[in-house]
Amino acid sequence: MKEPSTVENAVEFWRWQEYQRIMPGKSWKSKDLITAGVDVGSVGSKAAIMVNGEAYSWGIIRTGSNSPESATKALDYALKGTGLKISDLKYIVGTGYGRVNVPMANKAITEIACHAKGANYIWGPSVRTVLDVGGQDIKAIRIDETGRVVSFLMNDKCAAGTGRGMEVFADLLKIPIEDIGGISLKVDQEPPPVSCTCVAFAKTEAMGLLRKGWSKEKVLAAYTRAMAVRMANLINRVGLEKELVITGGQSKNIGIVSRIEVVLGVKCLPMPNWRDNGLDPMVAGALGAALFGKALYEKAQKS
Amino acid sequence: MLMITHYGYTDGSGEYYITIDTDKCNGCGKCVKQCPQSALQLETMFIDLEDKTAASITEEHRKKIKYTCSSCKPESNQSPCVLACELKAIKCTWKSQ
Amino acid sequence: MITLGMDLGTQKIKVIILKDNVVASRGEAFSGFDPTKAAEQAVDDALKQAGIKISDIAYVVATGSNMDMAPYAKSTVSMMGADAKAGCYLFPKARTIIDIGAEEARAVKCDERCSMTDFVVNERCAAGAGAFIESMARALEVKLEDMGPLSLKAERASPINASCVIFGESDVVSLIHRQESKPEIARAVFDAMADRVSSMVHRLGVNPEVVLVGGVARDVGFVASLNRKLGVNVLIPDYPDFSGALGAALTASSRAKEPQK
Repeated sequence: MKEPSTVENAVEFWRWQEYQRIMPGKSWKSKDLITAGVDVGSVGSKAAIMVNGEAYSWGIIRTGSNSPESATKALDYALKGTGLKISDLKYIVGTGYGRVNVPMANKAITEIACHAKGANYIWGPSVRTVLDVGGQDIKAIRIDETGRVVSFLMNDKCAAGTGRGMEVFADLLKIPIEDIGGISLKVDQEPPPVSCTCVAFAKTEAMGLLRKGWSKEKVLAAYTRAMAVRMANLINRVGLEKELVITGGQSKNIGIVSRIEVVLGVKCLPMPNWRDNGLDPMVAGALGAALFGKALYEKAQKS
Repeated sequence: MLMITHYGYTDGSGEYYITIDTDKCNGCGKCVKQCPQSALQLETMFIDLEDKTAASITEEHRKKIKYTCSSCKPESNQSPCVLACELKAIKCTWKSQ
Repeated sequence: MITLGMDLGTQKIKVIILKDNVVASRGEAFSGFDPTKAAEQAVDDALKQAGIKISDIAYVVATGSNMDMAPYAKSTVSMMGADAKAGCYLFPKARTIIDIGAEEARAVKCDERCSMTDFVVNERCAAGAGAFIESMARALEVKLEDMGPLSLKAERASPINASCVIFGESDVVSLIHRQESKPEIARAVFDAMADRVSSMVHRLGVNPEVVLVGGVARDVGFVASLNRKLGVNVLIPDYPDFSGALGAALTASSRAKEPQK
């Protein structure tokens, strides 16, 4: 029997809606210091507009095959219906993975720095540790009370724990990916974690466990536990300091989040309610970039 | 002020990191010269609203650092890059499962 | 003296019978869910071929990841030790032996007495072993045995994410959509493996007379990439996947001669 391809069958749970938001009750005047951040990621491109360092609007779209085009589209989307033109933006900072080209940017800054700054803006100065788990990478960032990066690591070498890795398991166990967190918690007793974090080998181990009579829930719990331990180790490498937040696709996986909390002995800060006009952690990078834009503009004015 | 970058990865086989403290690093480039695999470079980074030049691992080697560094016996933390740095800004931490 | 060596790999069991240190017969079976039973089957085949009974065997040694499940074995030997013994038995001047299995890749250094002096292992990461090639072949929709010849058609290697089997698979799918040629992707797979293996060898020091064993040694694509990377032509025995069993059988011969404790 041909093994199903993980890529063909993957249900993109991490799929989110493209959308634009103008923060209710916020407005701008031409004297305001209006800056923008554009964050072109491998899956999503986001742009955020800040007025005097306060979030005003943002837009999130899917990244296409052309990065500069995606950057332009995202920024246009963020500006839509605001009455602002690109020329009104006093400073634009571009960010994103790799050597991304944000053509209209005054400056490019690394995504780590921008994400950290954005997390500080969204959750406040008490945040000190950020775990960002994306579709294809995991970042662990220690920050100070101003959102400055103190220590970080970025892991895109190994799929274990990333969205892609979880999809493989969801596929294997034939569980819809949006249920994967909840189902992993449906065990009376937490089983020992699978012995290998390598997704390919864990898959073989899982098939053996299923043959031995383990339920899907138990196998999933064992795998999720191994993934949570892995992520906890990454956090410990940069040093865990409260408060901890988890961002990215895996923040929606309660199986992972709850186990990380257990392994580390801390509770994460809750997600802001972005659906109800709260800030969206997805635009943390773009918000951070816009904040850097403000700081750089002010610095240039002083000199 | 602290600013540490961990280059490398953790996978099923272990943990392999070259850690560079970009605050301590003065961009002298001695480690870059000593690396037999040309895995180190000087890179301009934006830190604290300024551009700073510091050592980093090249993009090409970040995801295969275990192999790149293996002939320098990094578990000892006495590899050429570590020994070259007078400021002790670079460190190797290696752990096989 | 007749000895028997058994290599219980996760996928296949291999058995070799030696008569006075010359190969008399070989047996093999798929490990399946019951490696012990499969091993008995493989041993039976080898015994029949050699025309002997189990009671004719002076000493049995087992190796391989499932070595503790071996029937009949009097003792075990590490896979590294078996590699060292087999490698320099087959090629007396060999001092470096590379063994690429499905789940693990090893490089072993040995002395002139075929004893292992140093080794490097890649384990617990599928990208570091034969599993990587198998997965990429699946993603390319190419039969594993066709990967080698396919890769030899390419002049260059496509840029693929070779650090992880899971990422590599999705990379390959998007490369195919972008009309990258399959030979160039296949070549990239072998170049990536060869790159990794050659670093392992360099860690031990490249001593000339490098032997390559393990199932992957039969793959012409991998061998071509490895030769290119190492700058030497590796030596490959006729039955490269039987080197573990051979090393175990040779170990059995030396142990049979030792005084009983």
